[in-house]
Amino acid sequence: MIPMPRPIFQKYVAPIRAEDYPIGTVAESGVLLSGSADWRRERPVFNADLCTGCLKCYLACPDGAVVREGKKVVLDERFCKGCGICAVECRLKAIRMAAERE
Amino acid sequence: MNGGSVPSRRRFLSGNDAVAEGVRLARPHVIAAYPITPQTTVVERLADMVSDGRLSTEYMYVESEHSALSALIGASAVGARTFTASSSQGLLYMAECLHYASGGRFPIVMMNANRSVALPWNILGDQRDSLSLLDSGWIQSYALDAQEALDLTLQAFAVAEHPEVLTPVMVNLDGFVLTHTYEAVDVPPTELADEFLPPFVTANRMDLDRPKSLGFVAGAADNTEFKYLQHVGVLNAAGVIADAEAKFNRIFGRKGGGLAEAYLCDDAEYILITLGSVAGTVRSVVDDLRAAGRRVGLLRLRYLRPFPGKEIAASIGRAKAVGVLEKDISFGHEGAVYTNVLSALARGGNAPPSLNFVAGLGGRDISRADIKGMFDILSDEESPRRFDSPVRFIGLRGAKAGLA
Repeated sequence: MIPMPRPIFQKYVAPIRAEDYPIGTVAESGVLLSGSADWRRERPVFNADLCTGCLKCYLACPDGAVVREGKKVVLDERFCKGCGICAVECRLKAIRMAAERE
Repeated sequence: MNGGSVPSRRRFLSGNDAVAEGVRLARPHVIAAYPITPQTTVVERLADMVSDGRLSTEYMYVESEHSALSALIGASAVGARTFTASSSQGLLYMAECLHYASGGRFPIVMMNANRSVALPWNILGDQRDSLSLLDSGWIQSYALDAQEALDLTLQAFAVAEHPEVLTPVMVNLDGFVLTHTYEAVDVPPTELADEFLPPFVTANRMDLDRPKSLGFVAGAADNTEFKYLQHVGVLNAAGVIADAEAKFNRIFGRKGGGLAEAYLCDDAEYILITLGSVAGTVRSVVDDLRAAGRRVGLLRLRYLRPFPGKEIAASIGRAKAVGVLEKDISFGHEGAVYTNVLSALARGGNAPPSLNFVAGLGGRDISRADIKGMFDILSDEESPRRFDSPVRFIGLRGAKAGLA
């Protein structure tokens, strides 16, 4: 299996001095400065029984929110905006969009 | 060239050709551009060089200027040296990406052929395109002639990529008047160019072994710090430009003019401040007026960002009046260069009476007679009303001798 490393997230601590900020918007991965997925209205739900692990959903996701854990495909909720592209792309209908609330 | 020890290769080149030669000597990894008059021949020359093997680069044909600069932001983000060129409407179409490039601290180099902005439609030269983007975070230089266009282009990479600067640079050439006129240009050999400009190395890039986040969000709690550091980067460019010109002179035997170049300003009573190719004409008028015993001078702004505020304040000296000649008007106020100059004079604590000469719009010629007329207005001490309205549209139809 192809490795799919993801940085381990650390808590963001603002630098004390302006000079300690990164030059430009390039910094070590693993720090999420601001969340950007809290307005999601629907989320993908993966059906492990139908999923073959082809990772088409991973390739189609514009936000890198699909993650493989062992043989399972799971969602990184910090990044998923609920666009539903993964559910459309999955030919096995192994992904269903479920309302966030109700 | 000095002493004949440095090999000289003088060639008959247009301003655009000279820029292309400067880019070739810089060995960019990626060039992405969309053609637009009067920039087109720059990218044509570069395409020729790629086609006949003189330049090894990834030459991208893109569908728009927005895509050109976007592609270079991506290329710069993997540590590539990059170049593009544009003009007028194309530059404005890139405007969103200009801020992206400077905010991301991607040291892209761009040549801009200064051209009027529609409407009315016009493909001829003025400076309203680049001056409207003074706040985009890019370093801006303005070439006097084709030789300086080549030199500024090669130096632009050294300045942009300097770790204390990491800011994109826009090298401006007056459309047609400079881009399409020919003169003898010394094109340095590649070995010397390599000595001047080492390969671009940066930690500010994507790296599979050390994954980084690029182009991230910074909200109200952190945004000020990023913008402050951008400001510091452009300010740092002043010293880096001086160092780059000193190194350039050591290797090529040709001095630069710094952020601003004063000509006969020391004892001048009346000084015209300007930028770009028209400074050559002003200089020759200054020579004529000096020969006639008039104490006049020229201050040529070679860079507008970082702004040569200290150089302006230091050059004004005992001037009784100064004029700012530019091919620009910020409607409802005055020319952008004039505003910047006035701020520098106020900071310097010595702001003599001044006028703003708006000329050359849409490619209208700025003649020697026009320039002499500007010095005449500045020095007409019989006319106490001459500073009543600072903005003068030169040659405006129906207006009395240059008065708007």
